[in-house]
Amino acid sequence: MNQYFKNTWLGIYTVLVGMKITFKHLFTPAVTIQYPEVKLKLPERERNRLYVNMDDCIGCDQCSRACPVNCIEIETVKSITGEDLGTTSNGKKKALWVTKFNIDFAKCCYCQLCVFPCPTDCIYMTDVFEFSEYDRNNLVYKFATLTEEEASEKKLNFEKFTAEKEAQKAEAAAKQKDEQKPAS
Amino acid sequence: MYQYFYDLTGNTIIATLIVAVFPLVNVLLVALIGVYLERKVSAWIQDRIGPNRTGPLGLFQTVADFLKMLQKEDATSTEIDSKLYNIAPVLVFTGSFAAYAAIPFSSKLIGSEADVGIFYVLAISSLVVGGILMAGWASNNKYSMLGAMRSAAQIISYEIPTAIIVLSIVMFTGTLSLDKISDMQTASFWNWNIFGGAELGLTKFLMIPFMFIGFLIIFISTLAEVNRTPFDIPEAESELVAGYFTEYCGMKWAMFMLSEYGNMFAVSAIVSILFFGGYHSPIGYLGNSIGVEWLIPFEQAFWFLAKGWFFILVQMWLRWTLPRLRVDQLMSLCWKYLIPYAFVNLIIIGIISLL
Repeated sequence: MNQYFKNTWLGIYTVLVGMKITFKHLFTPAVTIQYPEVKLKLPERERNRLYVNMDDCIGCDQCSRACPVNCIEIETVKSITGEDLGTTSNGKKKALWVTKFNIDFAKCCYCQLCVFPCPTDCIYMTDVFEFSEYDRNNLVYKFATLTEEEASEKKLNFEKFTAEKEAQKAEAAAKQKDEQKPAS
Repeated sequence: MYQYFYDLTGNTIIATLIVAVFPLVNVLLVALIGVYLERKVSAWIQDRIGPNRTGPLGLFQTVADFLKMLQKEDATSTEIDSKLYNIAPVLVFTGSFAAYAAIPFSSKLIGSEADVGIFYVLAISSLVVGGILMAGWASNNKYSMLGAMRSAAQIISYEIPTAIIVLSIVMFTGTLSLDKISDMQTASFWNWNIFGGAELGLTKFLMIPFMFIGFLIIFISTLAEVNRTPFDIPEAESELVAGYFTEYCGMKWAMFMLSEYGNMFAVSAIVSILFFGGYHSPIGYLGNSIGVEWLIPFEQAFWFLAKGWFFILVQMWLRWTLPRLRVDQLMSLCWKYLIPYAFVNLIIIGIISLL
């Protein structure tokens, strides 16, 4: 009998305790962060979308070799004599035309391993993390600043240059042969 | 009220329509605002924001939901008993809506001034059980069936403590008419039944604790009757998908929801009529003090709706506080606790009112 009244009292009392707690929560401000409008500050060493500053890139291909998933594709063309490509911000001389610098973010695993070997610090992580696409091909980011015509022109130039050089070499070799023959 | 509009328009059909449409509009508004408030209150209690995208402060969320519901295809299973299946939501809604016929919104706004008001309300709201059982059986779905059985067991069990407390109030006031019960508690909140009624004297003060117990019991048992958490085992989402209306969709489902919110307001109204003075103001009327007679019914309607909404808010508050009861706990609460207490309360109130 005693237990019965105790149960009754406990039932009413505990409900009231619960109601007091929820009543307090009625007036505590919401903890919701309304995401697209309000964004939390990301931590300092966040790893998100890569960015390549092509002004500083010397086309050394070290990032591509460091990549564990092979998502960086780089093609370079040697510059010919007489062409001035300028220098990077830390004073390195550029010697290669970067005709193709593609990063496929569908493959990228955001490991940041490509960032460390870069001699000019031109590839780095940004704080952009909202870049979803409907088509996977749109995730291939092309960083090369040269247009396709320019790139093919550079390639042609280089081929011409090498061909000329070859010809010169062949000529020189022939001359040498000619000079050597009478002597012997 | 019917007579009033009959005199005004001189046409029986128009008068009947006006009388019938007012509670219907009230039910629709309760559902519309109730669903919105339910979401907002749950959000506030859980430290969230709640709907805030559809219109200012998310006010049109329920309207958008309703429009969506209208457009839905009436998808049904092939194995249903389509006659019962189609009647069930109508019956459930009829049961909850018919109760409004006897509920006085103000001294001029009563569907029927029948002398058996509270008896009629208790009787007609039992129709809901039939509808729920039909829905559960006709759906041909084990979850629906289980939900319907649980609901029938629960509603029938909890009608007993409700009826006993209503009986004690009827013994105390000496009338079954809801209008007369409200009218006895006029003038001030000190005359409300929960404070022992209008008569001053020793009996009034003796009555207060027992009236309070009676209020607690009827509040808990009516909460169980309308299948609200913590007594929502008939539609327990985690166990039964959606209980007896698992197989329903679109407007038929909306009918069940509408009747749930209609029921919530109806039981809140009953509790406020029996214990909290019904449509009477707790502090006197502005119309009386400035001498404008016609203002009084509107004030009364305001106080009635305010009391009804207060109890709806308490129900929501409880919903987001307490976890769901188990079936055995539900039954032991009713049969082992509420009914004995209600009986003892009935006897004590009877003895005190004899004094």
